Amino acid sequence: MAKAAAIPSGAAAKADKHDHHAPPVHVQAAEPPKELEREPLVLNNRSLGWITEAIAGVCEKPMPKWWWPAFILSAGGMGMMFSLVAYLISTGVGVWGLNQPADWAWDITNFVFWIGIGHAGTLISAVLCLLRQKWRTSINRAAEAMTIFAVACAGIFPVVHTGRVWFALFPGYLIPFPNANGIWPQFRSPLLWDVFAVSTYGTVSLLFWYTGLIPDLATLRDRATHKVRRFFYGLFSLGWTGSNRHWSNYEKAYMILAGLSTPLVLSVHSIVSFDFAVSQVPGWHTTIFPPYFVAGAIFSGFGMVLTLLIPLRALFNLHDIITLRHVELMCKVLLATGSIVGYAYGMEFFIAWYGGSPYELYAFKNRAFGPYWWAYWSMISCNVISPHFFWFKKLRTSVVFVWVISIFVNIGMWFERFVIIVTSLHRDYLPSSWGYFTPTWVDVFTFVGSFGLFMTLFLLFIRFLPALAISEVKAVTPQADPHHPLGGAKGHHH
Amino acid sequence: MSAQKSLGLLAQFETPADIMHAAMAVRDAGFRKWDVFTPFPIHGMDDAMALPTSKVGYFTFAGGFTGFFTGMTMIWFMNKFDYPLVVGGKPLFTPLFAFPVSYEMTILLSAFGTLFGLALLNRLPRLNNPLFNSERFKRATNDKFFVYVEAADPRFSPAEVRALLEKNGASAVEEIHDSED
Repeated sequence: MAKAAAIPSGAAAKADKHDHHAPPVHVQAAEPPKELEREPLVLNNRSLGWITEAIAGVCEKPMPKWWWPAFILSAGGMGMMFSLVAYLISTGVGVWGLNQPADWAWDITNFVFWIGIGHAGTLISAVLCLLRQKWRTSINRAAEAMTIFAVACAGIFPVVHTGRVWFALFPGYLIPFPNANGIWPQFRSPLLWDVFAVSTYGTVSLLFWYTGLIPDLATLRDRATHKVRRFFYGLFSLGWTGSNRHWSNYEKAYMILAGLSTPLVLSVHSIVSFDFAVSQVPGWHTTIFPPYFVAGAIFSGFGMVLTLLIPLRALFNLHDIITLRHVELMCKVLLATGSIVGYAYGMEFFIAWYGGSPYELYAFKNRAFGPYWWAYWSMISCNVISPHFFWFKKLRTSVVFVWVISIFVNIGMWFERFVIIVTSLHRDYLPSSWGYFTPTWVDVFTFVGSFGLFMTLFLLFIRFLPALAISEVKAVTPQADPHHPLGGAKGHHH
Repeated sequence: MSAQKSLGLLAQFETPADIMHAAMAVRDAGFRKWDVFTPFPIHGMDDAMALPTSKVGYFTFAGGFTGFFTGMTMIWFMNKFDYPLVVGGKPLFTPLFAFPVSYEMTILLSAFGTLFGLALLNRLPRLNNPLFNSERFKRATNDKFFVYVEAADPRFSPAEVRALLEKNGASAVEEIHDSED
């Protein structure tokens, strides 16, 4: 960055007043060689106005033809899920395949699966923000939206798996409110920690997302041609003007929210893993769980981000903003987190042997070679093998290939949770209480329906809100840099 | 239009470099009631306007402190004081098992504190801003940059402010009024 053209203050400013543009000749350094210039994040030198038009245009113009069929299909799935939830609540949890000894199966698998998906959104919005990874600006809005919708899907399963939900929610063991006997929830249980972790996570993600949306909602307000749109965007943009006095507080608040979300996201999946690790079930009772769950969550979440954004970028022609470089960088994250997950699978086996507990060793042997061997090896093929294709640049830059692999990552991570939960539970210490879990049609269609809820929310999001962060994308272009020739600076960029 | 009292002068600039220099010129001329409007935060603009460091962090701290304290107190009250609950022979209260929930409460209320602080310091929501009467100002959230000097500033004189802004590269200068007509 140009130090010589940095803001003069006080006396220096006065001396410099008549000639701001030309830095004194003696402090000029040589320009860096061309090859050290970074590849721009927005391609083809797009102007600020073009960026506004490209992103805001998506939710201003009528949706393309595929939108309605996609929406009806998704809303149908959502309706199916809610109907099945109603059936479950009115009949009892017996409509699922749960029975002793596997009292957790698809319900908690789905919960952990969806919560894990959310983690990539927060990683992109918060952790990459703190690390000053400017490429995050093109994908953070959609990824955060994905987080919120995934948390919404996740939240349904632990609530309804309690069966009589009215006892769980109101005078009960989830919400701190005394029951009929005046007894409060007990806070020594990780299950209750989980309630606080997930609800805080959902709330803070929503607040962070909304904070990021305020300037962009103001952009939509100022471009709105219809009264109703102007009213609602105006209302939710809170009267944002782009005042620099506001930006100053906003930037600080945004940084603080990123700083808060970072330890939050690490704590959420750690606490989810405590649901298992704090128990004494062989296969669950292990200290590697918190970091292993967090890495797995980020892995699965980036899988889902790619699954959503690769079509989005193609369907709305956003190739200049979500560039091939973005896809490639996300593949590298998949490779890194996928390797951590693979390592964790190996380490679990090592500890099962090295720890010397026969039950633990049995649980792991049974996991790989017992009746659920098919689930275990599906997990291994999807999670351990598939990310390693991304060592090759050619494969990282082939969007169709990346998209297919991202689907495998989603499948693999669902299987991971299924394997952890069901294989550990189905064989208890006593062979007399062994069993085999088989899902019912209600299990299957409730899970399928949760994708309907997720996609319905996502389709509404791209219909009504800017799917990319307009002001943030602008801020990382050279056109936004007052010391860059494209930002209007006279003289050399150095 | 002319019958109405002018609230200030709004000047439009075309590039981040121009607005930066204009802001420094307005700052150096000693104005107090003025502001810069940009579609995105411009790096270095806080210094160019001589703004102090934002105070949002104090609100975050207040929220976080309240959250942690509330979490610990709530758990102590529920599981030890109001209805002592014996579970597996574990202590009725220790900060250890109360920590995860208190930690989440710290983050939750810190986030609310931050947003509350942001709204309070920015005096938002404010839906009736006279600047919205300017058609030109609509591009402040798109691709143009603005300086607004309020008539309420003691140093304000329409002719001098206009000259200062034009000298510093304003592409247009207009008066801002209370209502559209």
